[in-house]
Amino acid sequence: MAKLDTVASINQTGTGIRLPNFCNLGVMLRSLVIVNLLLAAAAVLRAGSPQGLWEEFIAYAAFGEPILILSLVILCGARRWLHAMGYVRSIVAVALFELAVAWFLSNAAGALFPEHRGAPFAQNAFLVLFVTACVIVYFDLRSRALAPAIAEARIQALQARIRPHFLYNSINAVLSLMRTEPRRAERALEDMADLFRVLMADNRTLAPLAAEIELARQYLAIEALRLGDRLKVDWKVDAMTADALVPPLMLQPLVENAVYHGIEPSPSGGEISIDVRRLGTEVVMELTNPVAAEGRHSPGNKMAIANIRERLQLHFDAEATMKSEAKDGVYRVTIRIPYLTANA
Amino acid sequence: MLVDSAVPRILIADDEAPARQRLRDLLDECRETFPLAIVDEAKNGREALEVLNREKVDIVLLDIRMPEIDGMEAARHIAGMAQPPAIIFTTAFDSYAIKAFEVNAIDYLLKPIRLERLLTALGKTRVAPPLSRAALDAAANQPRRHLSVHERGKIHLVPLAEVLYLRAELKYVTVRTAEREYLVEESLTHLEEEFSELFVRIHRNCLVARAAIGGFERNAEESESGWAVLIKATGEKLPVSRRQHHVVKQFR
Repeated sequence: MAKLDTVASINQTGTGIRLPNFCNLGVMLRSLVIVNLLLAAAAVLRAGSPQGLWEEFIAYAAFGEPILILSLVILCGARRWLHAMGYVRSIVAVALFELAVAWFLSNAAGALFPEHRGAPFAQNAFLVLFVTACVIVYFDLRSRALAPAIAEARIQALQARIRPHFLYNSINAVLSLMRTEPRRAERALEDMADLFRVLMADNRTLAPLAAEIELARQYLAIEALRLGDRLKVDWKVDAMTADALVPPLMLQPLVENAVYHGIEPSPSGGEISIDVRRLGTEVVMELTNPVAAEGRHSPGNKMAIANIRERLQLHFDAEATMKSEAKDGVYRVTIRIPYLTANA
Repeated sequence: MLVDSAVPRILIADDEAPARQRLRDLLDECRETFPLAIVDEAKNGREALEVLNREKVDIVLLDIRMPEIDGMEAARHIAGMAQPPAIIFTTAFDSYAIKAFEVNAIDYLLKPIRLERLLTALGKTRVAPPLSRAALDAAANQPRRHLSVHERGKIHLVPLAEVLYLRAELKYVTVRTAEREYLVEESLTHLEEEFSELFVRIHRNCLVARAAIGGFERNAEESESGWAVLIKATGEKLPVSRRQHHVVKQFR
């Protein structure tokens, strides 16, 4: 019985699929490409000669492009209702909407453009539904392909994110405080409890940036306990970004990397700087740490970075970027995400 | 005090202050059953070796992951001493080191350390032979960053980055830096294996640092291959043997 439950919960993590956010530039671009490829394919089938191909495509595009753009605008505006409906119902709603568009083309468009003879409803309906299905199936497959990144994030949390090295060293540091400074020991254990609560939570949905920053601060407070004045942190946080939504556990693994690779290998320590600011419609996060002379690579580091990158892609598609570079003795990670809030 | 000279003298090496404090607390509790004296504390491998040069130490509690000179490298230098102290490694988590220690039968303590485990480890140091250099070399996963010269019971570290060439001479290897020469008791073959990235063999008895090579000169009289390596910093010319002639082509 217990085993069945586990299977069910694993399946559940796989089916967190919903319609994509049609306001996202990446999603729009992908939709445009798919639809135009389909139109081009139709034109190739219809055209008798290479010269006719272009004309056919123009004819199809004149019919298809307005529908596509109108649909994207309306789907973008209606995304909240669509997401609230659930996946299957939202697909039905989209299909009904596209049928309405087809009906409009067959009956009303003739009145607007007298020279344009509207195709019969059945033909338009079939064409529109077919193209819509192609787009939805594509996004379904795409989110299924990226979904394991989220499921994996939870499993990795205790392995790669929080290094065992960190766990045992922190416990050791707390033990050393027990006798001399019981108050500080208490604080440290509270911070650790908060950290692990987030690590073990369901991290599939976006969380406010303020919570992420608080978590990174708590993490650094624990590290400061054992590293003392070797660890210096410079925070620059723009208050305007507090409500921005980010994938949970995006900042903490990066800060942990900075401590592990930038501070610990140096006898005198160094400074980690974290700069979070809003630039127009984007939130830019920049994290730097000194690079130690020795280049010891750990696979855990790359895994954490790859996982963050995948989750950014899943949540924000092409609108989020993540760059990392080592230059002049400084390692720098820059993340740009669209500024989205829970109530906008 | 007379009694103090008889009890084991202990050095604590760990880069984290709380970890050192915790070991102090535990060692204080050990005193009842295992009389001991804490000689000093060190924040990294280099400081640990400096304390060893200064004080008589019987047991070193050595953290593996420390900045600059880590516990593993410090242990390899300590093992070359005439009368090395016993080493007890401590680590919070280092999957590589732990595996290597198991394979090479090197004892270690996992942090957080328990009093009983610490007592057992301290007890073992009385009977167990000192760790062998060979076992430590086998357990290490990266080359040392210094060579240790042992002179009159003191350890002198020579950074490998400063070494121009290594030349085998009977029982010893001469280590040449821009300033002076040192003698180390190591085999040239082992050095070649450990530092294959930094050095290239030009002769049966000579390894040259790749970075120290200033160029190659034709030198038919003294060299069997007809070539000599020019050392940038000192202007010395070292003969290239016929078997290592390919090195000349590789660099030109």
